[in-house]
Amino acid sequence: MLATPSPSLTGAHAGDSLDLRWRERLETVLAAGAAAGASLVEVFLESTDHIGLLAEQERITNVSPAFGRGAGLRVFLGDRDGFVSTNDLSEAGLLQALDQALGMLGLSRSSLGSHAFAGLASMRDHGASKESWLQHCPGLDESTARLLKATALLDRHGDHLQARRGSYARDWQEVLVAASDGTFARDIRLHQSVGINALAADGDHRASLGRRYGSSGRPDDLRHWDAEASAIDLCSSARSMLYADYVEAGNYPVVLANRFGGVIFHEACGHLLETTQVERGTTPFADQVGETIAHEAVTAVDEGLSDGAFGSLSMDDEGMEPQRTVLIENGVLQRFISDRAGELRTGHARTGSGRRQSHNFAAASRMRNTFIAAGPHSPEQLIGSVDRGLYCKSMGGGSVGPTGQFNFAVEEGYLIEDGKLGKPVKGATLIGEAKEVMPRISMCANDLELAAGFCGSVSGSIFVTVGQPHIKVDSITVGGR
Amino acid sequence: MTSSTNLQASDLAGQLQALATQLGVSRWDLGASCSTDTSVQVDRGEAKQLKGAQRSSITVRAWNSDGLVGITSTSDLSSAGLARALAGAGEASRYGNPDDTPGFSPLATAPLAQLEQPISEPRGILELLGTLKLAEAELLSCHPAISTVPYNGLAQRNSQRLYLNSEGACREQQLSTASLYLYALAEEAGRKPRSSGAVRLAYGAEQLDVAGCVEEAAERTIKHLDYAPITTGRYTCVFSPEAFLDLIGAFSGLFNARAVLDGVSLSQRDSLGSQLAVPFLSIHDNGLHPGNIGAASFDGEGTPVARLPLLEGGILRHFLHSEATARAFGVAPTGHAGLGAKVSVGPHWFEIGPAGSSDEQTGARGLDRFSQEGIVWIDSLSALHAGVKASQGSFSLPFDGWLIQGGEARSIEAATVAGDIRAVLKGLVGFEGEAKVTPDGVCPLVWVDGLSITGNA
Repeated sequence: MLATPSPSLTGAHAGDSLDLRWRERLETVLAAGAAAGASLVEVFLESTDHIGLLAEQERITNVSPAFGRGAGLRVFLGDRDGFVSTNDLSEAGLLQALDQALGMLGLSRSSLGSHAFAGLASMRDHGASKESWLQHCPGLDESTARLLKATALLDRHGDHLQARRGSYARDWQEVLVAASDGTFARDIRLHQSVGINALAADGDHRASLGRRYGSSGRPDDLRHWDAEASAIDLCSSARSMLYADYVEAGNYPVVLANRFGGVIFHEACGHLLETTQVERGTTPFADQVGETIAHEAVTAVDEGLSDGAFGSLSMDDEGMEPQRTVLIENGVLQRFISDRAGELRTGHARTGSGRRQSHNFAAASRMRNTFIAAGPHSPEQLIGSVDRGLYCKSMGGGSVGPTGQFNFAVEEGYLIEDGKLGKPVKGATLIGEAKEVMPRISMCANDLELAAGFCGSVSGSIFVTVGQPHIKVDSITVGGR
Repeated sequence: MTSSTNLQASDLAGQLQALATQLGVSRWDLGASCSTDTSVQVDRGEAKQLKGAQRSSITVRAWNSDGLVGITSTSDLSSAGLARALAGAGEASRYGNPDDTPGFSPLATAPLAQLEQPISEPRGILELLGTLKLAEAELLSCHPAISTVPYNGLAQRNSQRLYLNSEGACREQQLSTASLYLYALAEEAGRKPRSSGAVRLAYGAEQLDVAGCVEEAAERTIKHLDYAPITTGRYTCVFSPEAFLDLIGAFSGLFNARAVLDGVSLSQRDSLGSQLAVPFLSIHDNGLHPGNIGAASFDGEGTPVARLPLLEGGILRHFLHSEATARAFGVAPTGHAGLGAKVSVGPHWFEIGPAGSSDEQTGARGLDRFSQEGIVWIDSLSALHAGVKASQGSFSLPFDGWLIQGGEARSIEAATVAGDIRAVLKGLVGFEGEAKVTPDGVCPLVWVDGLSITGNA
């Protein structure tokens, strides 16, 4: 079924596209920056169209459309840079932003520079085949109906549910990147995510749980979402956790489930392999390429290529096509995730990982689809190898501090006793440091799966995928009661 | 750089009214903001990132003939952008919730409090850079173990916000603010790196307490250098003002009428008047406190911000309200609304402290954390977004802090504190010292009995 959306809420951009017609204006700006002495000038133009929906119980309670345009200009002088963002895309507005960025580096358009600008290359148009994506997304009638069905399914399959929510977000983005090294590239991105949440309550017992699914470049994805399977899965977890006891604090072997369990690798280790951390001096792995930093069972990858994955992209926000970057192979550190500034400042070659939330941020080295590769074991073998430990079926959020210490909430946990899953437990937090925990990942199962997520860092909140098979950590500190 | 004062309220109102007439929209309102920002970061004496931004945004709501409301937001302030936003809002109103339709605040034209908020002219970015370089150098020189200041920033903002509606409400506020944060990393041979920092806010870069920020960041970082693991167990904890304010903020759903109506708050409609905490605890929300740098004088619906008692003597007195939640409760809006089709509600700035001066209103007197054994002094909490289950009441949070033994405080290597907010509120022992003004509120040190600490000893 194709929607017949109205122009006001679904991208009234016809004839207003970020395309070749911008070439002359961009060349004017880039030439002015190069003539002023900048070693590189980059312009990132963006047009966005967003819809967010919320269903609660039997009602649609929020429909929030948003759209906008903007530019981010970055000027380099050697390895220093200045960045300015603006909503004014007129030539005068872009030149004003350029003046401001030049001024940050002590340059001005009246100064005599030495950097020549040879003009933009032919445009690499990754968006040409994606022009109809927005029109093929579900319209408001269809998407609100899907959400209401999801909250009804939660009601049908759940017990003691005090609140039921379904949410949907559709983010469409058109970008144009132009730089004084000739880079000229265009892309269209489409990200959709749908989530369900439930709060179960019975007397003093309470449990709140959620699930989120996301994709990129698949206009039909909401139509294909199996809302019933998601509702059954969530309600089953809520039933388990409603009467769960608090976990006893201590050090345990832990088995982490696949899919979103990968958030720990993402936060605890992945961020430490970004060149922004090398620049800051906040990664313990800065000088360890070629050295063993993890158990030999661990191979980890960051890539932007998996079809439909939330973190996939045709080009990064600096116009570079993504790659498959092996970060760790059999425990040995292979390379870092790098962007343009990271390459300039650390020497690590760019990996197509320059990403940003919007034109308001300068691009930085960021993860895309990041996962621990599958191993040879079955999940049952991992659980069977633990006498007394914790099985983390579902992870909540977490964070990593400036000294590399991480912490993660376990949303759904079970004790492991004598190699078998036992009673559910709540209130667990996993605490550790990447450097200490990576060598303790001793077993990886054969059931790698990916999960969509959002990552907030220096260049804003971006779409990413985390992933892993079931993995076993021999010992980790578990915070509890 | 010029300050950002380019929103003309009367022009916008005229434009929107003309568009509304054209589209047959008789009832609308609008929230708008624009700002000019500059910020700098440094790395060991060199400029790391210099940023500037001109931002603008508008949110338009439109009511349709059935009385349902829709909303659209945009950064496009052109006539075409406004037209598209209003048309989008009109279309979105087809999906408005008939059970919970926001209206105009009856207080959207009521007088506003006069705030003392001097407008500062923005400093040049190279001047900001020079200030931050000096601050970093001073911090690095405070102790040989402080090797870098990996997280730092000096930022200034000049901004303007508006609220307008089709019944003539017209609110406007201009503001200038500046902020400085310094987060140092220290490492001694053979030991783990340790970090801590400090933040300062002011109405302009020239008013920032740079020396105080350096001194506090150094002192806190150095105090964490000598660390030891802590044994897992139950401890009496003393929360710093910042940590306790963070904890109360994370559980502010207790006071949130929107959350109550949605069934996700720990409070219910009939919780008003119930004893939620020890009788010597009072909590007010007071966005107008002079310590609240950058205070808003009106909320997203144009309602004046005012001081509101939440807990008095441990008794729940009021909820935070928007226009719609206030209508549902039969009270007046309190000035805590956002702007939306479903309007969010949130606190501004907390005042936390004893309920009065009598014995029963103050809790235990003469508390001194250095005079007792085995006290855990919690300096700062982390990962509140992940470790707080607001609708369950439970929390499990990593923290930086010290274990006090023999009158000496020794930094705790790594630990989490876990508990239930309802038990915390009823387990308060008392307060120590004078209340301290922080960016999130004002609060003294707070003693709480019997919290679970997980360490790695």
